[in-house]
Amino acid sequence: MAVNRMFRTCPTTGLVFHQPAERLIIVNAVTAVVFLLIGGLLALGVVLTRWPAVHWLAADRFYQVLTAHGINMLIFWIIFFEIAGLYFCSAVLLKSRLATPRMAWAGYGLMLIGALVNNYAVLRGDSSVMMTSYVPMSAHWSFYLGLILFAVGALVACFVFFGTLVVAKSERTYVGSVPLVTFGAITAAIIAVFTIASGAIILIPTFLWSLGLISHIDPLMYRTIWWAFGHSSQQINVAAHISVWYAIAAIVFGAKPLSERVSRMAFLLYIFFLQLASAHHLLVDPGLSSNWKIFNTSYAMYLAVLASMVHGLTVPGAIEVAQREKGYNHGLFQWLRKAPWGNPVFSGMFISLIGFGFLGGISGVMMGTEQLNLIIHNTLYVPGHFHATVVIGTTLAFMALTYFLIPVLFRREVMFPGMAKWQPYVFGFGMYGVALFLMAAGTLGVPRRDWDITFAGNTFPYEFPGAAFLMLGLAGISGLIAIVGGGMYLLNTVGSVFLGKRVVTPGFAYVRAADGVAPAPKPVSAAITGHGSAVGAWGLVAPGTFSFAMVFLASFVLYYFINWKYLATVWPLK
Amino acid sequence: MTAIHTPTERVWWKQPLDRAELLWILIALAWCMVLFFMMPYWHLYGKQNLANEAYRTGPEQFSKLTDEMVSKYKVREEGGDLKVPVVHPPAGGDAYLIARLWSWYPILELEAGKSYRIHLMSMDYQHGFSLQPENINIQVLPGYDHVITVTPTHAGTYGIVCNEYCGIGHSTMTSKLYVVK
Ligand code: HEM
Ligand SMILES: [Cu+2]
Ligand SMILES: [Cu+2]
Repeated sequence: MAVNRMFRTCPTTGLVFHQPAERLIIVNAVTAVVFLLIGGLLALGVVLTRWPAVHWLAADRFYQVLTAHGINMLIFWIIFFEIAGLYFCSAVLLKSRLATPRMAWAGYGLMLIGALVNNYAVLRGDSSVMMTSYVPMSAHWSFYLGLILFAVGALVACFVFFGTLVVAKSERTYVGSVPLVTFGAITAAIIAVFTIASGAIILIPTFLWSLGLISHIDPLMYRTIWWAFGHSSQQINVAAHISVWYAIAAIVFGAKPLSERVSRMAFLLYIFFLQLASAHHLLVDPGLSSNWKIFNTSYAMYLAVLASMVHGLTVPGAIEVAQREKGYNHGLFQWLRKAPWGNPVFSGMFISLIGFGFLGGISGVMMGTEQLNLIIHNTLYVPGHFHATVVIGTTLAFMALTYFLIPVLFRREVMFPGMAKWQPYVFGFGMYGVALFLMAAGTLGVPRRDWDITFAGNTFPYEFPGAAFLMLGLAGISGLIAIVGGGMYLLNTVGSVFLGKRVVTPGFAYVRAADGVAPAPKPVSAAITGHGSAVGAWGLVAPGTFSFAMVFLASFVLYYFINWKYLATVWPLK
Repeated sequence: MTAIHTPTERVWWKQPLDRAELLWILIALAWCMVLFFMMPYWHLYGKQNLANEAYRTGPEQFSKLTDEMVSKYKVREEGGDLKVPVVHPPAGGDAYLIARLWSWYPILELEAGKSYRIHLMSMDYQHGFSLQPENINIQVLPGYDHVITVTPTHAGTYGIVCNEYCGIGHSTMTSKLYVVK
């Protein structure tokens, strides 16, 4: 069969789109947004029930809605978007054709069917087992089958991505090394393969068990392997949204990484030190030794944390350097004050970066410390933490990128630019509230996934302090704000993509490229250029970012030791 | 070139490190080592550590041990018609706590300042032992007898809340723990 070699070039950005790749990116991204819509509607049910003063849904409905919220958001929204991202980072950034578009469509089909089957299972009402589906609580077999189909589809997509890298290399569509953002995507895809393998190892037997073909699954073994899948997939999200941050720094500011070497090494650390990422979910489980827990929970000495701290410096650092080169060179922070705060692509990315670091990163390390886990395990602190990572970090970064993709990929104008300007702030700060107040409630001991913490009608109820109810109320209000912010995003994206004004370019055409894509890239001289000219305060190229990093470190140290102090007051245990 | 383009320098891995990056990497690395060594440090000098003492066992065996303890050390019953026994096990000894859909059995009464070997196990699904307001949270699995040596510090009535989702009755799974002088 003839290979489709039709390409178009974006007149404003110069990006090159292979026609089938373009369609696949569009379809995966649109599907992702549909699942975000579903997950967002379900969030309303979750928030309005966990807000004790409202306590909207009945218990069975609440657990059903919470199960569906977790899965539709964390798995379907995020992964469909990531697949779109993988195709973008391979075919578009490498100016290559997508390898085997048919396989890519097959992968998409499997993912879609899987997502629908899983939602069907939850909708039936007999599969309200939460996304973790801890055995021996069991769901309808179609629950597991849906997830398996989805995972196989995602695996196919990863291989299409790898195939595209091979095609690009062999058709010589680029010279030298792949761009940093593509490198980040490669990191994500490699971790994805490991993740999906773990998922298969645990979900396939569980599926057979739900059909009665296997009699017993050990709960500890289940948790260990399930989380090797569940947590590694968060490492995919981190690699993905950090790539998006780098991409946005490049798109909005033309920023160049401080150094390729450092950023790439930091991505590699994610792969090398993934370890048994499940460990930090098992810190208070019976049957595992402390040595095992300590080694694995710290990813062999926190080198993956190191990597995130490095990206946290290099992304804003690159922006600072680019801004200073444009002349915003006054004092420590003029570069930041003069940043385009009204451009949602930038503001979304920056709110994502700060929230991910300060709220998600610090809390994650705290929780993942062997002993400290005792004081927060399974409390609302946990959802508080991951709404900072996967919502403020990943989701908001993807939203920010969308505003860039609407004109470039969909060739439409953003329908409500005024709304777009405010959306990252409403969603982002609403989510900052959700994360903070859930963490506060968790610190006061409030359990996660609990329908009624007043324990009305229980024989031996426990009464939480008034402050816990206050925190839940504030989390409820912040949650509604975030949902409004999510609604603004959905309205604007769906509106723009389907009804927005077309961006018309004179002479627009898809052009056939013989082999790879013309024009052949020019090899560039190997001269090494540093940032020598723009050195600022303290002899650093990015003194503003560096001082931010110091503030971050100080907060980190302080918060970390406050928690040890708290732990020291708890009953002695051994 | 930027992060979405191929690197200009073909040999980017030889590009010198920027000072800001180098400093930050060193500082961050030092901090990561502190993060790591705090855990072994606490095992040596801290008081709150799980011993990770656990045994595989079955529900019959665990119920038997629990019932023996209840019949020997029961001091009263609570909970109206439910007649949940309150048990005062000997200080320094073993105490058993069963988690099951959707209750905890029995109610333990401990003495402040004495240590106990508390055995936690589930008879069915996974549950979560959350002692409030102390905020000690431990996973409870079926088939694993998890032994926690604990020393209550202050007398009072504590709440036990299940904090692992265990089905429709999850939020009804609460109980008490007494600590007396
Ligand atoms: C739009 C605003 C959102 C709000 C207000 C919200 C609110 C919440 C709350 C309050 C919980 C905790 C409920 C409990 O444990 O009882 C929760 C759980 C969860 N949320 Fe969200 N959420 C939102 C968006 C998202 C997004 C975008 C994602 C993922 C990308 C996400 C992923 C999850 C997951 C994975 C859970 C855990 C479900 C479980 O325990 O199995 N949420 N959400
Ligand atoms: Cu329970
Ligand atoms: Cu429960």
